[in-house]
Amino acid sequence: MNCCAIGNVMDAGTLFQGDLAPWIFTQQNGQREIDLIIPGLSSAESITTIEEAIESLPHVLSARINFTGRRLLVTWTDADFNPNSIAKTLSELGFTSRPFDPSGSGFKADDAQSRMLLRAVAVSGFAAANIMLLSVSVWSGAEGTTRDLFHWISAVIALPTVAYAGRPFFRSAARALSSGQFNMDVPISLAVCLAAMMSLYETSTHGKVAYFDASVTLLFFLLTGRYLDHLMRARARSAVSQLLSLAASSAMIVDEAGVPRLISATAIQPEMKMLVATGERFAADGVVASGVSEIDRSLVTGESNPESVTCGSVVHAGMMNLTGPLTVEVTAAGQDTFLAEIVRLMTSAEQSRSRFVQIADRLARIYSPAVHILAGLTLVGWLFWTGGDWHASLMTAIAVLIITCPCALGLAVPAVQTVASGVLFRNGVMIKDGAALEKLSAIDTVIFDKTGTLTRGNLRLVNAAALSPAALALAAGLAQISRHPLSKAICEAARLQGITPLVIEKSEEVPGCGLLGHDQGEQVKLGSRFWCGMPENETQGLPEFVLVKGSRAPTLFTFEDELRDDAGAVIAALKAIGTHVEILSGDRPAAVQRTAERLGIELWQAGVTPQAKLANVHALKDAGRKVLMVGDGLNDAPALAAGFTSMAPSSASDVGRNAADTIFMGESLMPVLVARNVAIATHQISIQNFTLAVGYNALAVPLAMLGFASPLIAAIAMSTSSIIVIANSLRLAFQFRQRTALAKSQVQGLTHLEQRAA
Amino acid sequence: MNILLFLIPVALALGALGLAAFLWSIRSGQYDDLDGAANRILVDEDRPKQSKSKE
Repeated sequence: MNCCAIGNVMDAGTLFQGDLAPWIFTQQNGQREIDLIIPGLSSAESITTIEEAIESLPHVLSARINFTGRRLLVTWTDADFNPNSIAKTLSELGFTSRPFDPSGSGFKADDAQSRMLLRAVAVSGFAAANIMLLSVSVWSGAEGTTRDLFHWISAVIALPTVAYAGRPFFRSAARALSSGQFNMDVPISLAVCLAAMMSLYETSTHGKVAYFDASVTLLFFLLTGRYLDHLMRARARSAVSQLLSLAASSAMIVDEAGVPRLISATAIQPEMKMLVATGERFAADGVVASGVSEIDRSLVTGESNPESVTCGSVVHAGMMNLTGPLTVEVTAAGQDTFLAEIVRLMTSAEQSRSRFVQIADRLARIYSPAVHILAGLTLVGWLFWTGGDWHASLMTAIAVLIITCPCALGLAVPAVQTVASGVLFRNGVMIKDGAALEKLSAIDTVIFDKTGTLTRGNLRLVNAAALSPAALALAAGLAQISRHPLSKAICEAARLQGITPLVIEKSEEVPGCGLLGHDQGEQVKLGSRFWCGMPENETQGLPEFVLVKGSRAPTLFTFEDELRDDAGAVIAALKAIGTHVEILSGDRPAAVQRTAERLGIELWQAGVTPQAKLANVHALKDAGRKVLMVGDGLNDAPALAAGFTSMAPSSASDVGRNAADTIFMGESLMPVLVARNVAIATHQISIQNFTLAVGYNALAVPLAMLGFASPLIAAIAMSTSSIIVIANSLRLAFQFRQRTALAKSQVQGLTHLEQRAA
Repeated sequence: MNILLFLIPVALALGALGLAAFLWSIRSGQYDDLDGAANRILVDEDRPKQSKSKE
């Protein structure tokens, strides 16, 4: 077992094994720091556990967790310190971690933008409050020089504020205009700038009205919406990117001299000899050159049963080696692998996906031209009516622009989507962007993958009740030493029944066959039918182990891929609301049929290739269906990319998680249903918000066009409509307050407080 | 009306003070980990930490 140096330490994937040097950042004062992502971080207790454990490592100066981003920042000064020990400590605590480059992945830029927006919100808020104070004095009757003084103070506050806080809008408007398009920011920029300039002119000519308060309040509300929008996307992005692997896999290669050395997966060339220890995933496609083992293909093909491999068997990148070390001759690497083929299919599926236009953008396309036409008409109408009074006409036209400025519109969607993403986040659903949320509300068909999606992707002993405790104890005693999924399932079953595994002498794993040991002087075998001398039985199709002790009659252990606990309830609920449900699986028909029957799904297909999954999704799309694809494997990735929208469990393959719009955590399938319900509620509230905002404009615009829009009316109308829209959005949080996960987190919090009290 | 000359600067200065405090809190990273801050409330700060020399 000379080749198992890495694989024996830990299951592949739990520990990053490569060189961490590229991720270490050295500061000027000699301090070194590294950012790690800890995807499994979920409770307050683990914050302190991890920070204390890492800080107690020698040489470590500080360890600080950013819970929002599930990130850990560790600093140290000593050049000798090996940062791999951080990952090791974390995995001993039960957390997986990955190194992470905050500037490379856009986090630095993201954080910077978020701070910039927050600063702009603060500045405009300060300005708005003070100018409003002065404006109220003017409205309540300040006259003459006092009014002029107040206007001048307002101007001194407002003009720098507009210049500083208005930049996000001016930039976006300039971008849109230079590409010949309109967006919401064009009327916003125009209204803010014109209002400020006109007010300055009025102030300098001792005029009665100034709209400084309007232009600054407008900025304040719009920036709030912008910040909320940013917050939601940043939260989603960090959640998703934590789950994306950095393709950090490596492979053990034997060179011509027969010396094994570790190289990065990207450097693998065809015809190299690759050593794969038990528990490792294959880094490239190849043919087994020597060794016997079993491999787990569930993430690659959806096949739930482990398969025996021996010399000449073909293996694909991403499959896991289970029972014995293998030497594999690489047949394809990089662009020629099965994985690369999947990525190609995915890319073309994404390109064929029609561009989805979000509701706010759709509205902006109609709204902005309409606003400008109205303002233009007002100007022309007033010029005509007053016989060429430019001053009055321009004032009224600008008032129209200010009144119609999409203040509530700018808040309508971000406010509700932020609330929704918070609700979903607490329910274990991470949504990549607002478009995904809008798409989820429209779905009418759900396609599930079986292995790892409807099921947990691990096997369970089905006939545990029919077995004698003695047999189970014996089998568990043997199975302890193995990482084969069936062995793990036996140990789990014994643990659940409270059976202590027997101590077995001289137990060993026979790769490709099973486990061998001695009990009370008799030989014990646990393994395949063939190896234990039982006749094969092809009909049932479920994975089996046979236990034989000496010459006694064999005991049969039957296994099954366990369904997620609430899969049945979720499917029933989906069907009850009229959603069309299908299964597309790469697994064998017998297994898929059993699952489909237990869940009451009439439409299922087994043995489906990735290409066929993709074709199925396309066919449904052409038939006018809005398909939600839920899947986890490599083989699902093209279909995930092609679906109207898609979800993947957090246990999915990297490629699958990358392809999906939404990711859900945990053992339950309920997030699929919750996400849909929240999406529909979000959609309804967005529509209500738009109706409210447009309704307010319908009332205010005629007033403004007739010249009755005083600064007072503009301020009141703008603030009330914005507040109504925000209040309406918050309803969503109350609506979903009683639901599942929130209650759970409250329970967690309570137990924690109780522990403290005790 | 002379009171205005006194009160308006005071009002503005107080507002500016609040703004400065807020900008400082952003700069010092207090808004970088909102979820973490919410969760750390539940954590006992005065748990005895393993002391070790930082040199």
